[in-house]
Amino acid sequence: MTAPATQGPTVVTEGLRKVFGSLVAVERLDLTINRGEVFGLLGPNGSGKTTTIRMLCGLMAPTEGRATVVGFDVEREAERVRTRIGYMSQRYGLYDDLTAYENMRFYATVYGLHGRARDERLEQHIAEMGLGERRNQLAGTLSGGWKQRLALGCATAHEPEMLFLDEPTAGVDPAARRDFWASIYALAARGTTILVTTHYMDEAERCQRLAFLSRGKLIGLGTVDEITTQFGQPTIEDVFIALQRKDEGAHA
Amino acid sequence: MSDTPRFVDRLRYSRFWPMLWKEFIQIRRDRLTLGMILVLPAAQLLLFGYAIQTDVRHLPTVVLDESRTSESRALVTTLMNSGVFDPAGEVADRATARRALDAGTANAALVIPPEYGREVAAGRTATVQMLVDAADPQTAGAAISGAQLGAQARATQIIAERVSLANPLDMRVRPLYNPAQRSAVFIVPGVIGVLLTITLTLITATAIVRERERGTLEQLIVTPIGKTSLMLGKLVPFVIVGYVQMTVVLTMGWVFFRVPIVGSLPLLYLLTIPFIIASLGVGLLISTVARSQAQAMQLSFFFMLPNILLSGYLFPRMSMPLPAQFVGLALPLTYYLKILRGLMLKGTGFADLWRPTGSLVVLAVLLFTISVRRFHKTIE
Repeated sequence: MTAPATQGPTVVTEGLRKVFGSLVAVERLDLTINRGEVFGLLGPNGSGKTTTIRMLCGLMAPTEGRATVVGFDVEREAERVRTRIGYMSQRYGLYDDLTAYENMRFYATVYGLHGRARDERLEQHIAEMGLGERRNQLAGTLSGGWKQRLALGCATAHEPEMLFLDEPTAGVDPAARRDFWASIYALAARGTTILVTTHYMDEAERCQRLAFLSRGKLIGLGTVDEITTQFGQPTIEDVFIALQRKDEGAHA
Repeated sequence: MSDTPRFVDRLRYSRFWPMLWKEFIQIRRDRLTLGMILVLPAAQLLLFGYAIQTDVRHLPTVVLDESRTSESRALVTTLMNSGVFDPAGEVADRATARRALDAGTANAALVIPPEYGREVAAGRTATVQMLVDAADPQTAGAAISGAQLGAQARATQIIAERVSLANPLDMRVRPLYNPAQRSAVFIVPGVIGVLLTITLTLITATAIVRERERGTLEQLIVTPIGKTSLMLGKLVPFVIVGYVQMTVVLTMGWVFFRVPIVGSLPLLYLLTIPFIIASLGVGLLISTVARSQAQAMQLSFFFMLPNILLSGYLFPRMSMPLPAQFVGLALPLTYYLKILRGLMLKGTGFADLWRPTGSLVVLAVLLFTISVRRFHKTIE
């Protein structure tokens, strides 16, 4: 693993804001995510989770405010950020007509790995990810769980310092989800910082810290216990449902 | 340290290469694309080379000879020898001749009245009639001019026999560049232009739209690949495919149809570059407008249609109404066809091709600049 660019937090956002026309997607977000943390971004649909991730990955320019990822400004130093992060989207971003191995080789090369070093790294990575038995299968013919595992493999072969996961387990069976989380913890244990958005409450409870977004606003931040206490609800799921009701009530 | 090794390293480790590698694997695995790349050149060439004959000849013709004299037989022979008409039998009366035309067994009917022989012998103007199936204007045109030319030829012979004088005027037409006037010679250079248009617009546009549709484009933008490597990695494979197709068609055109390459082959490949860039510009532009592969496909076909009809590929541009000619001026293929035909059939050098080349370069710069701008905007 390459040395981290800075000793400080991996993600810092200051007054991050995104506006689409008259719609405020993200309203002045201040977040700090520490190195090696598994950080969950929660909220109902349309709460600004994906927009936040997209701004942090450099897919979208913020309207206002600033953000640094692995010590670099996401707008002014986008190139430096890109080599040091991994991103796995809801749609996985795999090439269906390439085999599992070819997909990983392609992304590893695009991330700057070459020759023997790349091939050796890929062998090691495939073994770690348990992708060996499917390495020569076309990605398009893999089941949902395998696709998800491959997408994670493609996003992490270059050993990123920071990993963004946008609803990574949507539509995947419980066993595959459990394996996936085991991989996430293994990555975090080696110092990778992870930001994950999710709809699943059991997954939210696996995160070390959570941020609750509602209609673009940060309304809760802390550990699972801190948040349940803050909202006076027994579980994260109850907090979520209470928030959603409040949202719907505000819309009506 | 000098700059050279650094440049070599930069080239070697460029993120353009994995794109190229991936693109070729995808082309190889996608049956539809592969089919379009491999089968289309052969199919187009054979189809247009063999099936489309714009020169109308050998029209089946029935003859109603009521004169039955050596004079009338001489007229029939002159007409049949022109190659425009083929004898399809003698008929006994006008009704039968008309039925043959109705049924389509004959395209023309020659009617020689009983007094024909007598009139010619008496030195008066004899009248004959040619009935022509004019449902298809192209066939009709050939039949009409064939009949007139045949009759004039026979008339000249008759006058010469009567006055035993030398022919006062002898027009000798010498067809240049395509002396046998074979359609294939005209069509094969065009097939190259049409094929390149298909590969560089339709196939390129769908390949880019597929990346957007599948979410891989978004994935790529998050990687450190860079816009230029991304775009070149996407476009260059199809340029290579285009040149391979061009070489295949040139070879097949020569082997099957003896279509010559009179001019300079390197110059032909060189002057293809602005056409490639212009076509890629159109492909890229389509990819920024289309939301799905199906839309990209439809837009490409919409672009192909004027190319086939108005560029001069099948029909001469001079005979088109002015608005159609103006539309043709906006198509890269119009200029490229001039270059192709000039170089291949006439052996024209660059000195005489600078006009279409210049227009093509202007179109290429214009189209490519606009589309690259749009493309960059869509991936931001």
